[in-house]
Amino acid sequence: MAVKSIAPYEFASKDTADKFPAPLLYIGWEDHKMFCSPFCAPMPPSMKFGELVRGALPGMYGAHPDFARIDWDRAEWFVSGRPFTPDMDKTLAENGLGHKSVIRLRTPGLTGLDGTCF
Amino acid sequence: MDMKVSKKLGLKERYNLMTRDLAWTPTYQSVKDAFPYMEYEGIKIHDWEKFEDPFRMTMDSYWKYQAEKERKLYAIIDAFAQNNGHLGVTDARYINTLKLFLTGITPNEYMAHRGFAHVGRQFPGAGPRVACLMQSLDEIRHAQTQIHSLSNYNKHYNGFQNWHHQHDRVWFLSVPKSFFDDALTAGPFEFMIAIGFAFEYVLTNLLFVPFISGAAYNGDMGAMAFGFSAQSDESRHMTLGLEIIKFILEQDPDNLPIVQAWLDKWFWRGYRVLTLVAMMMDYMLPKRVMSWKEAWEIYAEQNGGALFNDLARYGIKVPKGWSQACKDKDHLSHQAWNVFYNYGAAAPFHTWAPGEKDMEWLSAKYPDTFDKYYRPLWTHYAKEQAEGRRFYNGTLPMLCQVCQVPMFFTEPDDPTKIAYRESEYRGMKYHCCSDGCKHIFDNEPEKYVQSWLPVHQIYQGNCFPEDADPSRPGFNPLAEVVRWYGIGWGRDNLDYADSEDKKNFETWRAQATGN
Repeated sequence: MAVKSIAPYEFASKDTADKFPAPLLYIGWEDHKMFCSPFCAPMPPSMKFGELVRGALPGMYGAHPDFARIDWDRAEWFVSGRPFTPDMDKTLAENGLGHKSVIRLRTPGLTGLDGTCF
Repeated sequence: MDMKVSKKLGLKERYNLMTRDLAWTPTYQSVKDAFPYMEYEGIKIHDWEKFEDPFRMTMDSYWKYQAEKERKLYAIIDAFAQNNGHLGVTDARYINTLKLFLTGITPNEYMAHRGFAHVGRQFPGAGPRVACLMQSLDEIRHAQTQIHSLSNYNKHYNGFQNWHHQHDRVWFLSVPKSFFDDALTAGPFEFMIAIGFAFEYVLTNLLFVPFISGAAYNGDMGAMAFGFSAQSDESRHMTLGLEIIKFILEQDPDNLPIVQAWLDKWFWRGYRVLTLVAMMMDYMLPKRVMSWKEAWEIYAEQNGGALFNDLARYGIKVPKGWSQACKDKDHLSHQAWNVFYNYGAAAPFHTWAPGEKDMEWLSAKYPDTFDKYYRPLWTHYAKEQAEGRRFYNGTLPMLCQVCQVPMFFTEPDDPTKIAYRESEYRGMKYHCCSDGCKHIFDNEPEKYVQSWLPVHQIYQGNCFPEDADPSRPGFNPLAEVVRWYGIGWGRDNLDYADSEDKKNFETWRAQATGN
């Protein structure tokens, strides 16, 4: 189906990658809805995945008591909902992440405040 | 000589003279040129004369009737203002619901005015045209009376001063704004199903009424008065919405699938806007009227269910997404208020964690879910706040491409899992919060790729004041966005506990009620 219109209906997408300082990456931490929604942030494609984990995530998620308890060796990652094994030493681009990719982190054993997934 | 007195005209004759008889068929121009939007949506109308307006109101009686109502309304508003009626409300937390109303709803009364004026112009039938004209006038009156009665609060409380500026900019206000923009940029028939029927008929008892009954329960005579004044108009609007959908369906069997698709879309779009009402009812009112869950059961499940049973004879089915909405009723308000608690720095009203008594009420109203899922969150926040670490989320959220709400909605059968839905269009990814929003996106991707998503706009650099300099050392993007929103930092935003509103209200009330 398409928009019904009185004339040709052609408009550019408002959010193409060229409009941002860096491609957007969406990041969610499963079972921790105290951070009410996944995050959205521009992340340089040349950033190493390990830098994202060590550099950006503490500022985003550090306020949660579970964050300090994460066993990073057991962390599970998903991209667009599918299991994914990131290479920490490779860049976001080399890990196959592009503009508006969604990654999710699951930390087995950690299920939020009193196990409520918050 | 005897005077020859002509008999006074009956209601029906007057109606015919003042509406149908004022219409004519153009001869200098073709009907198609005069009404160019009548065919492209695919709706077929064979006889406009078949539309029956059950109210049969004429313009002269409209003016007379509305003028009387307005006189009474302004008398109450003036009395309320002169007697410092604002000090009679339950407590100053209540006033934040009015800020939500003024920024989120009132500007859309004005948009409804524009929409009905446009649609009334486009319909060739005199009956619906006059009905739309009157509704258009109602809507602009509602916008005006709301602004007028709430302006009294602006003299005493923070956060009211930039309501219209904020409606066009602030992250969560893009939810109601984009809802109306979506309807206004649709064709005239879709607009009538979207606003006239789905919004005014199916959802109004869950949108407008909770604010007004909330006003009544919390001692706000001023806001209550404009609600009651609008109520007689609302019944006319509801009737127009119902008559127009029946009229369209009766005109041609080909209209049914088009109308059903619009109902599916606009039920879901409207339901997402109601998120704001759900949290208002359960978390923002100091004295609650009923829970969101109870309201949903009465107004949606019972009344809406009866409505769709009635429309079944036309072949209309319950809108897609209905059963998910019914499942959500135990969770929606709690999850939504957490969003505002997270981003309370960027909202032009105050937020707070519910106190122990509030939680008792929530626990009683939501016996299956509140203690199990939500109480530990509020308890944690209260503890953090007591230790001087009131939690504010400093990273911007991912938004749904269609409803524009931060992606907090959970899977229909698992309230612990956030729902993610992804589409691809012309090589780019688009993300939605639910099957309902994804379905809407996939049907008209050309429309929703244009969404002005507040978070993306911030990252594109479009939401800073002109004098802001992102290259300056120490540039604080969040503070600059809040400044661009017209929100006074520390005065209009942040937690209620430390607000000037709370302090002032308590001081003034003490002065008014004692020595």
